[in-house]
Amino acid sequence: MTDLNAIYVIVMRELKKFVREKSRLVSSIARPLIWLFLVGAGMSRLVSPRAGMPYTRFIFPGILGMTILFSSIFSSISIIWDKEFGFLKEILVAPVRRSSIVIGKSLSGTAVSAIQVFIVLMTFPVIGERLSFLQVLLTLLVGLLVAFSISSFGIVIATFYENYESFSVIMNFIIMPMFFLSGAMYPVKLLPSALRWASRLNPLTYGVDALKNTMFQAKAGPMSPDFSFSLDMLVIALSSAVFVLLASVFFERKQ
Amino acid sequence: MLRDGKAITVSGITREFGPATAVDGISFEVDRGEFFGFLGPNGAGKTTLIRMLTTLLKPTSGQAIVSGFDVAEDPARVRKHIGVVPQAMTSDLDLTGRENMDIYGRFYGIRSGERKERIEYLLEMVGLAPRADDLVATYSGGMRRRLEIARVLVHKPALLFLDEPTIGLDPQSRRVVWELLKKLMQGDSITIFLTTHYMEEAELLCGRVAIIDAGKIIAMGSPAALKAGIPGNDIVTLKVGGLTDEIIGAMEKLPFVHKVSREEDSLAASVDNGAENLPQLIDVVRASGGAIVAASVHEQSLEDVFIHYTGKSIREEEARKVSFLIGAGMPQRLGR
Repeated sequence: MTDLNAIYVIVMRELKKFVREKSRLVSSIARPLIWLFLVGAGMSRLVSPRAGMPYTRFIFPGILGMTILFSSIFSSISIIWDKEFGFLKEILVAPVRRSSIVIGKSLSGTAVSAIQVFIVLMTFPVIGERLSFLQVLLTLLVGLLVAFSISSFGIVIATFYENYESFSVIMNFIIMPMFFLSGAMYPVKLLPSALRWASRLNPLTYGVDALKNTMFQAKAGPMSPDFSFSLDMLVIALSSAVFVLLASVFFERKQ
Repeated sequence: MLRDGKAITVSGITREFGPATAVDGISFEVDRGEFFGFLGPNGAGKTTLIRMLTTLLKPTSGQAIVSGFDVAEDPARVRKHIGVVPQAMTSDLDLTGRENMDIYGRFYGIRSGERKERIEYLLEMVGLAPRADDLVATYSGGMRRRLEIARVLVHKPALLFLDEPTIGLDPQSRRVVWELLKKLMQGDSITIFLTTHYMEEAELLCGRVAIIDAGKIIAMGSPAALKAGIPGNDIVTLKVGGLTDEIIGAMEKLPFVHKVSREEDSLAASVDNGAENLPQLIDVVRASGGAIVAASVHEQSLEDVFIHYTGKSIREEEARKVSFLIGAGMPQRLGR
């Protein structure tokens, strides 16, 4: 009971802070929209119209994946400075299980991601995408699960770093490769085999693919989803469980 | 628990970090209801010790019983009874004072009605009630510190740990925090464990002080007993033109002079009855060919106790540490 309560308080605090920091909200939503409308519109000139769909529509699930990736990992990594300089310093000496702190922090990342995903998703009519109400709902649900898995992955990463100076390392060597190898910008099936294998080891790949599965009609052709929806969901569920477990173990050991 | 009335019992506690020993076989006891302080320079091992006592760091060897439970064997039980105010300021800048306290209270599972009442009472006590609904970002350092002390009291801990509570504060804010801590001791039967490198803080607040240097306790007792334990009762400081070793030698021969230390052209002598004996000291300096530029007499402080045992001053490293800590609130706002 104390632990459920602790999880609730951690999420509540994070949401309160998030809503209050308008600049954070604006910049976190600007990034995916810039990619969608600047990169997407530019790239669509290079992609044959016969490939199956306009490029902007193809990268839409990938851009949602990007939104989740950035906001979830940023949110999780804040555990580093919460621990060094903030909230967690008091919380760690409170009678609460370490795993509850990890779950609370993962759910915080999930909640913050979900808000951003919802806002970006609602731009779908602008790019000529047609989605049913059910598809929107399903996309949000999948987004939530992906966000939880990536947030807990972020905590695993955070336990390896002591200070926020390592932030650029995480950005360049984890976040960017994860994004480009997720099938967000180009179909995994068209990649050279080494990169294709790397993509298959990337948890975000299945998240992006699941989002493609819920949004795209085409089940064949170069731009169709790379895996089945059930495989995607299985990997997301399993990886979430593994990441939460690893995060709890590493976090406990860190002391 | 606490059958023997001891809030903390530490025996031979040691913590090593690789080849370095931060805390080196320390033993002491703190009675329930005591205000106990650890005084020592930066890097003496104070924070390491507090981290072990508050279950955040496992001792390499030795044992610590806090609130009746072993910190290494039973950390969860220890955590139930303690409150900790860490050295860095940890209140959330983008939440109000009241919200900061409310989140903390909820975290400890305190019921809504009781929580509101307690928060109201504590905000009033620390003098923050009129500013309770302003963002902490608009608070001064002293106000933030008072908020953090109020916050840690929400769950009524029996034992309160404060790590350098007034570091980085201006003298006036420091005094306000001191008054607050004194007030705390008068009320509930709370035990306070404090670390500091400000001797006036230890002297003013603590019933008993352990002086720590290089991971070891070098002296322990009430401030008065510690001061009585070193020879002399006053320090005479003389600034002397043409200071020579002969002058120091002549001074050391006087019966009421215990020790003379020199720093450039100044002397500090620990003496009995400094005010009465000052004229005679001046005569001796003049007779040995020195010219008195300035003279002062002050009562021995814990600083002098520290100098007596270690041969160095506590103050030396102070400036550097403070500038580091003032920056500590910053990272909360980066990288979002």
